[in-house]
Amino acid sequence: MSAISLRGVDIAYAGQRVVHGVSFEVGKGESFALVGESGSGKSTVLRAIAGLAPEWIGEITLLGQPGSHRPNRTLARHCQMVFQDPYGSLHPRKTVDAVLTEPLAIHGIGNRDARVERVLADVGLDRRFRFRYPHQLSGGQRQRVAIARALMLEPEVLLLDEPTSALDVSVQAEILNLLKRLRAEHGLTYLMVTHNLPVVSFLCERIGVMNKGRIVEIAPATALHDGAFSDPYSQALYAASGRE
Amino acid sequence: MSLLSVDNLQVSFPTPRGRVKVVDGVSFDLGRERLGIVGESGSGKSITGRAILRLIRPPGRVSGRLVFDGRDLAGLSERDMRKLRGARISMIMQDPRYSLNPVMTVGTQIEEALRVHERLPRHAMRARVRAMLEAVRIDDPDRVARLYPHEVSGGMGQRVMIAMMLIPRPSLLIADEPTSALDVSVQGDVLRLIDDLVRDHGMGLILISHDLPLVARYCDRIVVMNAGRILETCPAGALNTARHPYTQGLLAAVPQMPETRAELPVMERAT
Repeated sequence: MSAISLRGVDIAYAGQRVVHGVSFEVGKGESFALVGESGSGKSTVLRAIAGLAPEWIGEITLLGQPGSHRPNRTLARHCQMVFQDPYGSLHPRKTVDAVLTEPLAIHGIGNRDARVERVLADVGLDRRFRFRYPHQLSGGQRQRVAIARALMLEPEVLLLDEPTSALDVSVQAEILNLLKRLRAEHGLTYLMVTHNLPVVSFLCERIGVMNKGRIVEIAPATALHDGAFSDPYSQALYAASGRE
Repeated sequence: MSLLSVDNLQVSFPTPRGRVKVVDGVSFDLGRERLGIVGESGSGKSITGRAILRLIRPPGRVSGRLVFDGRDLAGLSERDMRKLRGARISMIMQDPRYSLNPVMTVGTQIEEALRVHERLPRHAMRARVRAMLEAVRIDDPDRVARLYPHEVSGGMGQRVMIAMMLIPRPSLLIADEPTSALDVSVQGDVLRLIDDLVRDHGMGLILISHDLPLVARYCDRIVVMNAGRILETCPAGALNTARHPYTQGLLAAVPQMPETRAELPVMERAT
């Protein structure tokens, strides 16, 4: 059974269709990347899976369960999202502790103190950060908190929306290493959206290339070694990202 | 003679624990060339750019010598400085969404940038705005000139900002992370555009960014900054042979296109 499966999914915002007939499968424990320009609909696909883009038709299956048209508890237990901008995705008036405890309170999970401690250690944050506010943290630390928040309910699937594009290269390297380690340790499944092909090359096994709301090609990440893409659009994207 | 010469530039800000030097003794000379300033956030690279335009407000304190085109910038009155800003030295900011006036059309904004420095008849003004929008490769300049900033995409917004900064024909352009708010696919276009315009107009360029490979591609010379100081200056082509461990660390942290390393090297950080 695959972790995420989409079959012929169309997604619309206010009646305007932006994603057309998207189909792909992500196996359990796999790391899959959706790449494309802004406006290609890649983030919209993530949002639909998370129940944040309710106007979709087609078939979404998440760990064997049918997809939802709105966020709900069961979905939250199994699937969490990490957003691009760590400055925008943490509540400015809540401490790290409050942010991390909230999902536990909502789901009536006990042993909160130990769980918070453990997850902080998991993402490599010192315990002295536990009672700080987001503005007292650097960008990289904030993104660690955002990842910790997503891990609180011990989900199997993480949806990553440009998790490092707001960060400096040196901090990006730390967060990428962290994501790689967490996946190995917890057996997580990643669905990542990014426009940075070298990041895909580091973190993912397969990649889906999106253009104008459609998936034009699904290729193994090894295609990034030799440029073995069949679709002209993916080839152009590959060429544009080649640094030398 | 160099276009800009910076000698022992220091910028400090007060904190509860005393004044902190954010820029600490930066010196460089710039001709009509493309200079890249690279460093992590907090390295003082943006503050250096702002200090050149005398945009550091109290309680920030600036010292050192800044000579632009033979004139000492520290000696100029605020009035003279204002004549210089935009007209002779211009700056492209990071995010067009926050730097454009949301209640003014694109055309009016570009026109305003010109009107501040030059008196021209209305039709001549219009023609200059139109030509400038064409120069930044906007296909339908008359339509775009009537749009408001929220009606244009990020890439187009950044082109509009470049048009606004270049219309008074400055001699020095400072671009502070001009593409980090943009998509990769658009990034290349915007940088190539800046590059062409800089060459055509014979301008000097200071490109400030944290992205080493990108700066190496578009600059002649690179200055690497950390903690307010210049660690190393090298020709862009010789970046791979950079000697300083910090520069090497920054280079190694960038994921490569065929990435085969199991883990990326990270910088030692004093938390």
